[in-house]
Amino acid sequence: MGCSSVEVVIDKKMTETEVIEELSDGMTIGIGGWGSRRKPMSLVRAIARSNLKDLTIVSYGGPDIGLLCATGKIRKAIYGFVSLDSIPLEPHFRNAKQEGTIETSELDEGAFYLGLLAAAHRMPFYPTRAGLGSDMLMMNPEIKTIESPYKSSDGEKGEELVAIPALNLDVSLIHMNRADLQGNGQFLGPDLYFDDLFAKAAKRTFMSCEKIIPTEDFLKEGSVHTLKIPRLFVNGVIEAPRGAHFTECPPDYDRDEVFQSEYAASAKDSQSWENFKQKYLEATSHQEYLKAVDSRTQIEESQNG
Amino acid sequence: MANDATIDEICVTAIADSFRGDGEILCNPIGNIPVIAGRLAKATFEPAMVMTDTVSVLAANTIPIGEPNAEKLVEAWMPYRDLFDIVWSGRRHIVMGASQIDPHGNQNFAAIGDWKKPKAQLLGLRGAPGNLVNNTTSYWIPNHSTRSFVQKVDIVSGPGYDRISQLSNEIQQNHEIRKIVSNLGVFNFSNSEKRMQLVSNHPDVTIDEIVTSTGFELLIPDGIEETRIPTKEELKLIREVIDPHSLRKSEFVKK
Repeated sequence: MGCSSVEVVIDKKMTETEVIEELSDGMTIGIGGWGSRRKPMSLVRAIARSNLKDLTIVSYGGPDIGLLCATGKIRKAIYGFVSLDSIPLEPHFRNAKQEGTIETSELDEGAFYLGLLAAAHRMPFYPTRAGLGSDMLMMNPEIKTIESPYKSSDGEKGEELVAIPALNLDVSLIHMNRADLQGNGQFLGPDLYFDDLFAKAAKRTFMSCEKIIPTEDFLKEGSVHTLKIPRLFVNGVIEAPRGAHFTECPPDYDRDEVFQSEYAASAKDSQSWENFKQKYLEATSHQEYLKAVDSRTQIEESQNG
Repeated sequence: MANDATIDEICVTAIADSFRGDGEILCNPIGNIPVIAGRLAKATFEPAMVMTDTVSVLAANTIPIGEPNAEKLVEAWMPYRDLFDIVWSGRRHIVMGASQIDPHGNQNFAAIGDWKKPKAQLLGLRGAPGNLVNNTTSYWIPNHSTRSFVQKVDIVSGPGYDRISQLSNEIQQNHEIRKIVSNLGVFNFSNSEKRMQLVSNHPDVTIDEIVTSTGFELLIPDGIEETRIPTKEELKLIREVIDPHSLRKSEFVKK
């Protein structure tokens, strides 16, 4: 052995159900991933079928916000956008907005990043020019501007800037390609997005992953640059193979575009939604959900064959 | 017409021309027609520009659109977060869409109606507020009408010249709406009032048609000429190299 082995005493393994027991009504929950990419969907579905209510969801939103809108879990959504990528606007979110059933705080995409960064650094705010001149400040009257304490280039007084308040989170949920039992996380795809900041901006973080592996195997999976989630920011690890389905989780799998279309079509009317909900959301575990997803693929295949 | 260029291809070169003189910046077009235009500009008269593969790297070669597995000459990793460093550095020219635009260049793609409970929820503010106060912006509007070119937009996603004139010197220096290209013509704000003016009408489109399709008084300078048509070399690049699957046709909405 190249290094002296230390006995692993930390085991943070949990189930989706155990994560739900750690959550309560009215919490502010950050969700990692981006649009319809590497979302912790097994955890999102566990919230959707729980009794939780009045949640504030903070996310570069995709079907996480959509599903939780459709199941009535959200009091307020704070987001940089809500999109399914190949479908530019999340249809369940669109319904919630147009019916006026949720409160929203819509931020410039970069301003949202600064809010996460401020929370991660325990700062009250970070300054930016984004928002000045647009209707972002009108739509978010709680966001204040400040005068720079430094004189601006034209000499007279400090420049007016927007103070993006810290997006402090009670809990964050993120999904990684690999993790160990101690809570170290590894992303193997082309983009971490903001998952490290979500973990750092939250009091507690629960991380699902495609596969739990021994710590010594991390560098067989990817370079040291892929190890961006150190365990001191993680409180629980959930092994959920295909846990991001139907969002993409490269290199493990692409987005399930056929399923995403079916999901998007379920926003059309209440009957379509009831059908979708019965088929996929009433599955009592992630494994049951995957069975429902796969039986549908098999039916399609036999019909095509 | 000197060659068989179609209206979608004329729009591509009109948008490409907006990048002239940009040099070594991030050319960041959104949507099929703008992406084709950016790649054309980079492949011809603005070779120093950098462009993303629309996912997470900067690619030095000319990638065909609609081919996710096309070979890429990767020159830098550009995850989404790093894009903001470029936005805030100012070394970027973005081309966005607009559901509504007003005579001062205020743009809306957020929602129609009251933002709290809109008649139609659109994309939202997205990155527009930050883009406009940091770097050069152009717009591509494929459905020019009195519904898209309006006296007043419902929500301001990207601020125009009247609002920017109230802000700091730094922001005024950063802000530029270079060009608006629609399916009918090309427009800019190169006048002392910073109001939208006609630059050129596309071939087979009359100035009258543009005026009646615009919901506000458009400045029309004397001596307006038609939008140029693509060269033979440009057509070859568009049709054979950059957009071999003709995605430009599906995006284009013919009036």
